[in-house]
Amino acid sequence: MFASRSIARGARVAAPTTQTFRRYASASPTAAFAGQKGSNGKYTVTLIPGDGIGPEISQSVKDIYSAAKVPIEWEEVSVTPILKGGKTVIPDVAINSVRKNTVALKGPLATPIGKGHVSLNLTLRRTFNLFANVRPCVSIKGFKTPYDDVNTVLIRENTEGEYSGIEHEVVDGVVQSIKLITWDASERVARYAFHYAQSQGRDRVTAVHKANIMKMSDGMFLSACRQVAKEFPNIKYDEDLLDRVCLQIVQNPKPYADRVMVMPNLYGDILSDMCAGLIGGLGLTPSGNIGRDASIFEAVHGSAPDIAGKGLANPTALLLSSLMMLRHMNLNDYASNIEKAALSTIAEGKTITGDLGGKSSTSEYTAAIIDKLAKA
Amino acid sequence: MLRTALASAARPALQARSATTLSAGFPKVSQRLPTKYGGVYTVTLIPGDGIGNEITDSVKEIFEYVNAPIEWEQYNVSGVSSSGEELFKQAVESLRRNRVGLKGILFTPISQSGHVSWNVAMRQQLDIYASVVLCKSLPGFPTRHNNVDFAIIRENTEGEYSGLEHQSYPGVVESLKVSTRAKAERISRFAFDFALKNGRKKVTCVHKANIMKLGDGLFLNTFRKVAEEYKGAGIEHNDMIVDNTSMQLVARPSQFDVMVMPNLYGAIVSNIGAALVGGPGIVPGCNVGREYALFEPGCRHVAQDIMGTNKANPAAMILSATMMLRHLGLDNLADNIASATFDVINSGKVRTADMAGSATTSEFTGAVIKNIKL
Repeated sequence: MFASRSIARGARVAAPTTQTFRRYASASPTAAFAGQKGSNGKYTVTLIPGDGIGPEISQSVKDIYSAAKVPIEWEEVSVTPILKGGKTVIPDVAINSVRKNTVALKGPLATPIGKGHVSLNLTLRRTFNLFANVRPCVSIKGFKTPYDDVNTVLIRENTEGEYSGIEHEVVDGVVQSIKLITWDASERVARYAFHYAQSQGRDRVTAVHKANIMKMSDGMFLSACRQVAKEFPNIKYDEDLLDRVCLQIVQNPKPYADRVMVMPNLYGDILSDMCAGLIGGLGLTPSGNIGRDASIFEAVHGSAPDIAGKGLANPTALLLSSLMMLRHMNLNDYASNIEKAALSTIAEGKTITGDLGGKSSTSEYTAAIIDKLAKA
Repeated sequence: MLRTALASAARPALQARSATTLSAGFPKVSQRLPTKYGGVYTVTLIPGDGIGNEITDSVKEIFEYVNAPIEWEQYNVSGVSSSGEELFKQAVESLRRNRVGLKGILFTPISQSGHVSWNVAMRQQLDIYASVVLCKSLPGFPTRHNNVDFAIIRENTEGEYSGLEHQSYPGVVESLKVSTRAKAERISRFAFDFALKNGRKKVTCVHKANIMKLGDGLFLNTFRKVAEEYKGAGIEHNDMIVDNTSMQLVARPSQFDVMVMPNLYGAIVSNIGAALVGGPGIVPGCNVGREYALFEPGCRHVAQDIMGTNKANPAAMILSATMMLRHLGLDNLADNIASATFDVINSGKVRTADMAGSATTSEFTGAVIKNIKL
């Protein structure tokens, strides 16, 4: 009796200390890669080439990987929706493949226009519980922007917040949209942020919030972060207002090179694209979606149907995303080798694609990277 | 009393002031004149927390020097503790009487037990619905970007700042974003009127209607309807998703002219905008409603870290105060002070620490006063 009452009291104040709410939390860091090598000594990874320029840039990544002898075998699947029971869904083959391999690399998908289509990205996110979106942005030498000292990592809660999709029109002309923040989701994204900081050698985690205005929702996000911070005594933890972070990154991004930023959905969406803008756009920024059941690494740029099939596309974003994947799989050496080859190719500027100001084709750029790998 | 667009267009002086975008400001809708006794306007002054005292002192000194017909009704409200609530209420009452105010930023505690933001409360209670922030590259002060010149019009009274939150189940919190057609319409109309009166060509609606289909969808659709009415006047319009907007802002900021958006996106965009042109110390702003006008720095930072050190840049507050003078019809005075401020920045000799100088707040103020040509 007494025990049950004390639990009830704990629950009423949403005490973060009660274990009941920590369904996703585990002693080991969340969502670490646990795949096994196959009988041929290679990991199997699902490859979703995507639409538009997707197949070309995927081919480029495959070529580079075989040249670098990365122990990965690709399992290529299509996620083009099929009709099943009157609904358009992702083919089971694709879903099963990702579930089995727990890691996937994905090219850009064209968004089908018109009603009845659930966004493919959303479907993938829901199917595999992809709760954290990781967006590193590093200045690329050889591609000049007004900012040359960017090195940010941003981790965004990916399942709720402003994007909960819960909206209704109360009366004509008055709409309520609900921003949903849960302890569980906040805690697991915070945990992943600390885990990421630790494994990538960053010694600080900054939670970005607007808790002066949204005291309860962002407030709970912060208390989840604070709670997790206690478990990582060697990682510094601080909090900063969204306004200040926007201002300071755009004025001088350099101080953000030592830390990982973690934040709710909408802020992360906006800030990650802003950071991408600092280094020259989405064509150069990788992205990873970390989930409980699988992790999907992807290029976040569009499918560029206008240049599809012409051999002009820039595969850098997909290649960098695949390197995040290698690091997620603890294949760090392969990642660094390929990264060095790719970045030095861009820095030299002789064989770069049109969007970076060069004249080379996708295959010439790929060949230049492979050439660098052979010499290394 | 009610200065129409025609009247202000008829005054060539307004159009000639191209060194600053502060001209003419915003559509005037106030039905009653601000309080004025014996040729002197009474203005509510709330210095605010952090550097507020220092930068408003700077304005007071300058106004005294030029003998501006302004009498301050000062309220030293502080948001650091909740005990200042009584004074805050008096300040709001004063603003109701005087209809015009100059204000620094009040601190808002982050803890859940702390009081709500008084900055937001003031805007909501007095229905000061439109925030105007002007981001323009300053001559003589190069930053990473040049040719930045845009105005941010932000809805100030609803959206994510509704303050409606509840915990429906332990560990599950809902925060309501309220969007209404009426408020979307009046802020869109304000933005187009602003564009019209300031000779700007394009209004961009910033939204996230692809995700918040109903809430931001309402904002976007209302904006598009209002835009139709301004087609004949030659004002173009387009719209852009907020994440793309912030990427475009840091990559190619010159594509923007007037931007209109819901509350939270305004906070983000105005900070990015301020960072593009040189920081919160030089970006002026104001908040305008149907009845009241409240002038405050465009980029709302308390800056507690440099409080009391005489290092703050008062330029944003001085420029905001000149917008206030124009609002009161004291255009000559406003021009004098604004151009003196721009001259000091342009010559580059006296600059505060945020502009890579070593001058103090009072030295900057002194330099502005020295440059005023009466």
